[in-house]
Amino acid sequence: MSLTEFLRMGGYGGYVWSAYGIATAVLVWQLTAPIAHRRRILKQIKRRKRRESRRQ
Amino acid sequence: MFRALVNFYHRLGSPPHFYRISGKWIPWLIGIALVMIAIGWTWGLIFAPTDYEQGDAYRIIYIHVPAAWLSMFAYVCMAAAGAMGLIWRMKMAEVMAVTAAPIGAGFTFLALASGSIWGKPMWGTWWVWDARLTSELVLLFLYLGVIALDNAIEDRRIAGRAVGILALVGVVNIPIIHYSVQWWYTLHQGPTVTKFSSPSIYWSMLVPLLIMGIAFMIFFAGAWLMRARNELLRREASKRWARELPEAS
Repeated sequence: MSLTEFLRMGGYGGYVWSAYGIATAVLVWQLTAPIAHRRRILKQIKRRKRRESRRQ
Repeated sequence: MFRALVNFYHRLGSPPHFYRISGKWIPWLIGIALVMIAIGWTWGLIFAPTDYEQGDAYRIIYIHVPAAWLSMFAYVCMAAAGAMGLIWRMKMAEVMAVTAAPIGAGFTFLALASGSIWGKPMWGTWWVWDARLTSELVLLFLYLGVIALDNAIEDRRIAGRAVGILALVGVVNIPIIHYSVQWWYTLHQGPTVTKFSSPSIYWSMLVPLLIMGIAFMIFFAGAWLMRARNELLRREASKRWARELPEAS
């Protein structure tokens, strides 16, 4: 089986690959969104700690 | 044994312990899930034979079916956590219920989108108001409703209760989705995996499907812990344990 044949997917390449593309995007988003959120929360805690130590 | 279980339960209910334990589990769960997804998709795209009726278009099954399974599995998990929060007023259960929603919504969207892409070449249409498709769309709206309700209520405990009730009421949709292909015979095909009479699914097509089903569930477990951990940290940001975390210094 050649690579072009594999990518053609028997004529359904556009359907198959767009479905796998969307699936990959959903999986990546499910990981990057909580990672970014965690960074924001930790940054907020740090900022609050700095502000409080300056006040004392 | 019983004492150990009770002990484990109480430790999970305690925010700093949950934070620590989940931090150890997350990389393993996500790592195993990603390896299994790589195996399942490689097998499904390259080694599984071409279907004699649907050609290679059927290979979308390795996204569509596991995503649809997970969309329902995640909902049952969310509703179970919501029930625990309502009955025992556990803060941790409320956190678990609300954080399952965005993951469930993501996989419900994936099930709908991949089904639509599969439906176009096979049925000749992107969408029909078939019972299976419609009830799955209702599932997406239930997830979005849970997210919106949680965002709309300022008080975390009241939000937790409201989310629990909505999640529980929505459970009625799960058997409707499951049996829709038998109750209303319209366009969506009936069950394939549990069909043992001829023509049934070929083993080399079935194995990667089961691998994908388990892979998505493990992925969900990891992603759920990630979000629950965040939500816990956000709610407890002013507590001592959160401020003393090495990553917050």
